[in-house]
Amino acid sequence: MTDPSEAAVRTAGLEKTYPPSGPRPAVPAVQGIDLDIPRGEFFGLLGPNGAGKSTTIGMLTTLVVPTGGSARVLGLDVVRDAVEIKRRIGVVSQNNTLDSDLTVAENLEFRGRYFGLGARDARARAAELLDLFGLADQRGGNPFEISGGQAKRVMICRALMHGPEVLFLDEPTAGLDPQTRTNLWEVLRGLQAAGQTIVLTTHYMEEAEALCDRVAVVDHGKILASGTVDHLKSSAGADTVITVAYDAAVPEKIRALADRKGISKVEINDGQVRVFAAEPDGLLGELVELGSAAGVGVTDASQLRPSLETVFLALTGRDYRD
Amino acid sequence: MSTTAPAPPPPARATLPRTFAAMMAREARVMRKNFLSTFVRVLVQPVMFVFVFAYVLPKLGGGAMAVPGGPTFSTILLPGLVGSSIIMQAMMAVIFPLMMELNWQKSITDRALAPVPIPLLAAQKIVAAAVQGLIGGLLVFPAVLLIHAEGEAPSVDVANWPVLVLVMVAGSLLSAAGGLLLGTLMNPQKVQVLFGMVLLPMTMLGCVYYPWSALDDIRWLQILSLFNPLVYISEGLRSALTPDVPHMPAWAFLLALVGGTVLVTWAATRTFTKRVLT
Repeated sequence: MTDPSEAAVRTAGLEKTYPPSGPRPAVPAVQGIDLDIPRGEFFGLLGPNGAGKSTTIGMLTTLVVPTGGSARVLGLDVVRDAVEIKRRIGVVSQNNTLDSDLTVAENLEFRGRYFGLGARDARARAAELLDLFGLADQRGGNPFEISGGQAKRVMICRALMHGPEVLFLDEPTAGLDPQTRTNLWEVLRGLQAAGQTIVLTTHYMEEAEALCDRVAVVDHGKILASGTVDHLKSSAGADTVITVAYDAAVPEKIRALADRKGISKVEINDGQVRVFAAEPDGLLGELVELGSAAGVGVTDASQLRPSLETVFLALTGRDYRD
Repeated sequence: MSTTAPAPPPPARATLPRTFAAMMAREARVMRKNFLSTFVRVLVQPVMFVFVFAYVLPKLGGGAMAVPGGPTFSTILLPGLVGSSIIMQAMMAVIFPLMMELNWQKSITDRALAPVPIPLLAAQKIVAAAVQGLIGGLLVFPAVLLIHAEGEAPSVDVANWPVLVLVMVAGSLLSAAGGLLLGTLMNPQKVQVLFGMVLLPMTMLGCVYYPWSALDDIRWLQILSLFNPLVYISEGLRSALTPDVPHMPAWAFLLALVGGTVLVTWAATRTFTKRVLT
């Protein structure tokens, strides 16, 4: 039961379909997800909003009941051994779920006591964590009168009160300003450096790139690809993606670009062309010229260098931000 | 910003009873902080009631409410007001926080992630709210015992302590469990409706201001009242505190209170678990 060789997370064909409710039909939020996350890893579930990331985290943290497949956390079954799993994980949810009837310090103190710390130990541990995370001045404050970034750090402290073996974070930096986000990244890197296993969900590509050892790209409840960020870029998204929108139909000549060396794919959609190219030099200019030669003007153009965003484009054929 | 990682925590022993006790300690901390505002709110209604009916009106017209030679009106009021205070306080103590926890930010996850099964969390909420109901009920005693005009004192004679304790405790638990059931079934916009359409009629018609047997002349209301849990609390307290006033037989109110507590707790635990685990 406490075999240290057990993976932090292992799922097979994990599914969740929410039953229909009123006029809303059943929602297949997660449709067969396989994960294998060893201890010590910083793992990211990356995908747009509504991809099923939070539902997946919800199942791993025992608050969402799977409707198919299996999920084990630290070798324990998420349904049968829910209480033991809860004892050994820490969870930072997306919303501010701090207890509004308690102060910041009391939030931590009582969390510690729920997990079996004595009152004195819990108070000492709370003070220690608040100091460490630069929150000492907020200790007596109401958790809803502090800034969003501070609240998130308090929630991380709260999740660390009992020294969890796996730390789950659901969209930890959603809605935070860029400065606060990088601060929080530092906090998470520090935890990982100390050996903390971390599983996070994010819809920010740059967050996954900046933090995660391995990433699974999720969309419509399925994993599209997974591996290290470098691996993903070199396999699925090695190309630069150039997108040009014209004010009329895409000129026929552009279609022929697909045969050129260094260009792997040309996608045409009404007035928009998307070119996936390993050798993108000069290509954007050429696309504009080909347009004007055919009497068609350009209304929008963009060039994306290989990144998780191009990976997503290559895998799904749609813009990540759609 | 520090990038150092925290030291491992001190050794912990998270057994179910310890976690349950920690959650009750949290309730005690919150209750202590809000004690005045919470209980003043509960006490206003009964205090105003005894003030008008046991002090002002008797001063004006000489005890128009009571039958000459019978018990004073405050004798009839005492069990009823204690009962309605229990039911109001226990239900509010569970419903108001629950509306926040289940809907706003879903902050229930704070405790749902504690290492206990979710049904035990439901039981904890019921026990905590029942304690508040019990305190609310106890606070009514001094108010009714002390506020009255001369000759209008309630005549209290605790005939049966075990029945008194059982009725107070079971009544509090039943009210808290009922609150949890309603709070988990109801959508938050309906709370106003609950107070206007459910709690107010329930307290007005809960045999607070008259004993149940006095309804003999309005048979349909007497039968309808049997669906009101407050009736059994009022009548149970009447039997324990003011046995000279006619009251229901003990088997009837004990069966309703204890049986009702078991049944409603079971149902509320299920609906709560369904709301928390999706």
